[in-house]
Amino acid sequence: MLKNKNNTIKGSKISDNIQYLFLALPSIILTFIFCYLPLYGIIIAFKNFNPNLGVWGSEWVGFDNFKFFFTSNDALRVTRNTILYNGAFIILNPIMAVILALMFFSLKKRLAVKIYNTIVLLPKFMSMVLVSYIVYAFLNPASGFLNQLLGNLGFPTNLDWYSMPKAWPIILTVVQIWLTVGMNSILYYAALMGIDVALFEAAYIEGAGKICVIKNICLPHLYGIVCITTILAVGNIFGGDFGLFYQVPRNVGGLYSTTDIIPTYVFRGLQDGNMSISTAVGLFQSFVGMILVVLTNAIVRKISPENSLF
Amino acid sequence: MNNYSKIGQIILNIVFILVCVTYIFPILLTISISISSENSIREFGYKLIPHVIDFTAYKQIFENPQTILNSYTVTIIFTVLTVFISLIVMSMGAYPLSRKNCAFKKYFSFYLFFTMLFSGGLVPSYIINTKYLHLDNSIWIYILPCIVSAWNMIIIRTFFQGLPEGLVEAAKIDGASELKILFRIVIPLSVPVLATIAFMTMIAKWNDWNTALIYIREPKLYSLQYLLQRILREAEFLQKAALDGTGLYTADEIPTESLRYAMAVLASGPAMLIFPLFQKYLTQGLVVGAIKG
Repeated sequence: MLKNKNNTIKGSKISDNIQYLFLALPSIILTFIFCYLPLYGIIIAFKNFNPNLGVWGSEWVGFDNFKFFFTSNDALRVTRNTILYNGAFIILNPIMAVILALMFFSLKKRLAVKIYNTIVLLPKFMSMVLVSYIVYAFLNPASGFLNQLLGNLGFPTNLDWYSMPKAWPIILTVVQIWLTVGMNSILYYAALMGIDVALFEAAYIEGAGKICVIKNICLPHLYGIVCITTILAVGNIFGGDFGLFYQVPRNVGGLYSTTDIIPTYVFRGLQDGNMSISTAVGLFQSFVGMILVVLTNAIVRKISPENSLF
Repeated sequence: MNNYSKIGQIILNIVFILVCVTYIFPILLTISISISSENSIREFGYKLIPHVIDFTAYKQIFENPQTILNSYTVTIIFTVLTVFISLIVMSMGAYPLSRKNCAFKKYFSFYLFFTMLFSGGLVPSYIINTKYLHLDNSIWIYILPCIVSAWNMIIIRTFFQGLPEGLVEAAKIDGASELKILFRIVIPLSVPVLATIAFMTMIAKWNDWNTALIYIREPKLYSLQYLLQRILREAEFLQKAALDGTGLYTADEIPTESLRYAMAVLASGPAMLIFPLFQKYLTQGLVVGAIKG
């Protein structure tokens, strides 16, 4: 017994911990290689990266890359687009998803719930490439379905959507909601299913109407999940779904004024070989994102501790 | 909510049917374009019911299927390997996290959690993966970076924590090693959560196109969805492939609209039919994920 006591760190056996370390080792190493090693590469944001000289050998330029980006015309456009799209998604996504979840919850037949559920989940299984094919089937200027539909309603029929930047905020928002609302609503639906049935029974006996029940029982129950998803979304306000913004507008240059967001900008920088500026913008995104997550979380924790993420 | 009014239910169902139409219609339209004849598309545009049904596009692809079969093979290989390896590695990592007597638990959690908060971004990863690890133009670039997901590992850990403590303790008293306990007791009891993670990883990998966009230049290693993207975007790509003798077509047959959409159906159809069958795992995963870690 005494011997055992010497063999412990804070009450746990050393032999156990060696085994634990052995088990954790593959994930520690992989995380190190693919998440922590790239952090070293961040220094090229402060350098003029030259592939021949490597990360360390390239010349230091201080904050020049940041200055270059923030004084360029791109900065305003890209930042504005990113924030506006994400802002719209942060507000619209939970609203649409909660409405859909309440609709699922109000259905009487479980079979109907199942069928509708499966259908609204279909986009989850699609690749963004397929989504871009589908959107193209609607928006193709010559044979697209939308132009035909507009034609039948008596509007001009030869609108070239891929050269109309003004239309894209609406198109991308509709596509984004179409893609995600099913998945999100299931999350909220599951939360609604967890509510004690007795609560509803009591409410109806008291003569509460449907609206009253939704307002006073359903919505308060969803508050926690909405908080968590919102914290995560706010943290990503300088990010965004690269696939949606790269594939769906088909990377058409003429649409950049309304479809270019930070991730697509960073990717194009990589493609064009502007590694340092791209890294600087990526670092800016990552850094602001981290601060925002911590901040939103702190605010949520202050208002209602049980709904904070960490 | 147990007071259902009949009219309410009817209205609700009508609204749902309208919502569902917005999901079914685009899919049917895609299929319909793929079986329309080229002339009818040129004349009437894309129609839900093709004016002239024509399977030429499919015939063309099946006559010379190497490109798509090759991408199918690549995609299946990396999807299966990623799912398999990541389940094992993440279970092994999540197990110590779930144990109370693990001394480095706190540090390890933070080590993982930090990767969710802050990342180097695309370019630094690109430089590390290509310049130092030389993973570009290799099938491993599809697999290795995707094995550990901090989020998924936290979900698995949460599930492991919910298993009865006594089982592990009993096995330990019998002298089983931690590795044995993990693989003989903990993993078999965790099938629900592991199936969910496996399914989510599978969907993500199956639909992977951006890895190839960034790292793969070798057409033999194109993932299925990346191949599809190239076909939509670049007619020249196919012409070039035809000249190389690796493509579907001879140089004078530029892919047509129906052909592109036939490729879309062939590349996405099978998965779109199979994945919804496992939908319950997805729903389970969401619910598990919603429990905060």
